[in-house]
Amino acid sequence: MGVRSVTDTLGIERAAQDRGSEGLARLLGWVSLGLGVTALAGGSRVAQACGVDDSRTARMVLRAAGARELGHAAALLIPRRAGLAGWTRVAGDVLDLAATGQAMRNRRGERRRRLAYTMAALAGITAVDLYASIRATQRRRVYDGGRAYGSVTVNRTPEETYNFWHDFENLPRFMYHLESVRRTDPRRSRWTAKAPAGRSVQWEAEIIEDRPNQLIRWRSVDGARVPNGGSVRFMPAAGNRGTEVRIELEYSVPGRAMGRLAARAFGENPQQQICDDLRRFKQVIETGEIARSDGMPDGTSVRAQARQRPARPLARIA
Amino acid sequence: MKANCWIAPNRVAVEDVPDPQILNPRDAVVRVTSSAICGSDLHLLDGFIPAMKRGDILGHEFMGEIVELGQSARDGLRVGDRVVVGFPIACGDCISCQNGLYSVCENSNPNAAIAELAMGHSPAGIFGYSHLMGGYAGGQAQYVRVPYADVGALKIEDDLPDEKVLFLSDVLPTGYMAAEQCDIKPGDTVAIWGAGPVGQLATVSAYLLGAGRVIVIDRYPYRLRMARDKAGAETINYEETDVLDTLREMTAGRGPDACIDAVGMEGHHASAALHAYDRAKQAVKVETDRPHALREAILSCRNGGTIMAIGAYGGFIDKFPMGSFMNRSLTMRSGQAHVQRYMRPLLERIRRGEIDPSFIITHTLRLHDTPQGYDIFKNKQEDCVKVILKP
Ligand SMILES: NC(=O)c1ccc[n+]([C@@H]2O[C@H](COP(=O)([O-])OP(=O)(O)OC[C@H]3O[C@@H](n4cnc5c(N)ncnc54)[C@H](O)[C@@H]3O)[C@@H](O)[C@H]2O)c1
Ligand SMILES: [Zn+2]
Ligand SMILES: [Zn+2]
Repeated sequence: MGVRSVTDTLGIERAAQDRGSEGLARLLGWVSLGLGVTALAGGSRVAQACGVDDSRTARMVLRAAGARELGHAAALLIPRRAGLAGWTRVAGDVLDLAATGQAMRNRRGERRRRLAYTMAALAGITAVDLYASIRATQRRRVYDGGRAYGSVTVNRTPEETYNFWHDFENLPRFMYHLESVRRTDPRRSRWTAKAPAGRSVQWEAEIIEDRPNQLIRWRSVDGARVPNGGSVRFMPAAGNRGTEVRIELEYSVPGRAMGRLAARAFGENPQQQICDDLRRFKQVIETGEIARSDGMPDGTSVRAQARQRPARPLARIA
Repeated sequence: MKANCWIAPNRVAVEDVPDPQILNPRDAVVRVTSSAICGSDLHLLDGFIPAMKRGDILGHEFMGEIVELGQSARDGLRVGDRVVVGFPIACGDCISCQNGLYSVCENSNPNAAIAELAMGHSPAGIFGYSHLMGGYAGGQAQYVRVPYADVGALKIEDDLPDEKVLFLSDVLPTGYMAAEQCDIKPGDTVAIWGAGPVGQLATVSAYLLGAGRVIVIDRYPYRLRMARDKAGAETINYEETDVLDTLREMTAGRGPDACIDAVGMEGHHASAALHAYDRAKQAVKVETDRPHALREAILSCRNGGTIMAIGAYGGFIDKFPMGSFMNRSLTMRSGQAHVQRYMRPLLERIRRGEIDPSFIITHTLRLHDTPQGYDIFKNKQEDCVKVILKP
């Protein structure tokens, strides 16, 4: 179920992204939206259909369930969160099953029959939610294991793009978690990354595969505290659309506490970080600068987005 | 400096804020000599565009004098240059920019990730136009920072007054693009919903591009009068007659060849009940936009004709007449104006006296009085069509 591995055109093996679980989460999101709106807007008719139109409390419970469904919908339809959001639906289902069971206990006849149908439908939904959540959680584990992919198209030739990347000293210009990269010899470089609490982590990396204008692969040399590596591939986009750049980073998270702390230098959410890095990479290689606004003076960063400043100039720093 | 800031839905205020500074090598800082209030600002004022923050500086139509330049903006520009600035913030280097699609620049929105959640892909950043469009401070201020100044700022070397060139920043290219995207053939009839600044300048542009007839639809007699007297349009007051019938009648049953929606997300409907229906859905956010004009434009257009949605939309609409659109082979185009693509050629036309967009100006106010300007413009008081602001 879920995660498979594929070998791509350049011979690099990697875990396939489980698109199926994303689609399912989305579908469930829309279902939640529909249920929520129906329960909130069509109150009395819904109550009738479920067989609980005789009780005010039941109608209130129904409305609360509707509001809750809207919450699920929001969570599920925001893709990067969908993995965990599924579990909130499962929890909601359990509540609904309990509430329906309670309602069945003191009803007879037609109402009880309708409640039984409701119960059966709920059980079905719970099963689907459970399946989707387990599958989405498995997908997340792949990322937590310290692997991230990303891709972007830039308006430069593969040669220009390769050359820019091949000079690893350029990387900190758009990879914000890096403090510096210094070339020590043609194949080797010394990387310094920012770690939490003002610390930094250092390691030595070497290029292990180098196909001009096509591919660069590198990895940390033995003894790095957080063994890591990565690859970047360049492919001409058809019809003069520039170059498709695909990057993949990998690091192992060592068991020791210190090692785990150091691993945080790779970001709390490497997948998100790689998206930001690639956006900034595109900006730098195409325009020569990072796009900065008054709301986001440090430039693109999904993490900073939620805390952005108002769109007015910062006070001048003397 | 002083700047007009968004405070809360339906509230703006002029506040003291820090002066802008150069953040990037291609930036310029411009001392604003004239700015304007746009119909799009009303959508922000009313709170229909999400992601506004208290204190955001508004304004995306402005011009002025360069007072500071980053290192790499110095090639074509000099401190002291008089410039008009296009409202989309565009890098000039990405594939979209190089194809002339400046308002979907791939690099200028630092909040592209939020925009992708809302719209699938991100459009360009825009001055003073919410955090969804980048969180850039706007130009209803004494000074403004202009990113990628080498692409966004057009030098004005003549002694043409601000009033004639200010609208190169937005509504003139917008009106022009609206008409241009209709692929007008000689003799075509073009119908335009909305007699605001965009509708007025779309009218003038449609004639320039060879339209035989332009019919403008609105409900404010003074705006319709301007469209007739200054832009040469025929007019329909939608509160007095049924638009669809009247257009059918005027075109002997065919319908207009092209229909421009220059109204956007806050459309009004002559039927109070239908208006209330959309208004209510918009209030509870089941539908974010009120597309009355768009629906009517689609139903009115001749078979095989073109709809140009230049009015701004923010989210989702309801009751889109897809059946009419599909079965009758209609084409729809849209977009924030690719201003940088039209600025130079339109400046030429202004120079040659072919267009003078200053006829739309009805009010000139001090920056200090901007909130009052929003009020007058929004509520169509004092026969207001366009407010410009002077520091
Ligand atoms: N695409 C772009 O680049 C771009 C640029 C500038 C403005 N805009 C948009 O264009 C629209 C118009 O801008 P403006 O400055 O002229 O605004 P405006 O508010 O002055 O004009 C809108 C006009 O539409 C009329 N109207 C409302 N409902 C109508 C209906 N059902 N039928 C006919 N007319 C109706 C109003 O009475 C008003 O006169 C706005 O939505 C604005 O956001 C888009
Ligand atoms: Zn505008
Ligand atoms: Zn661009």
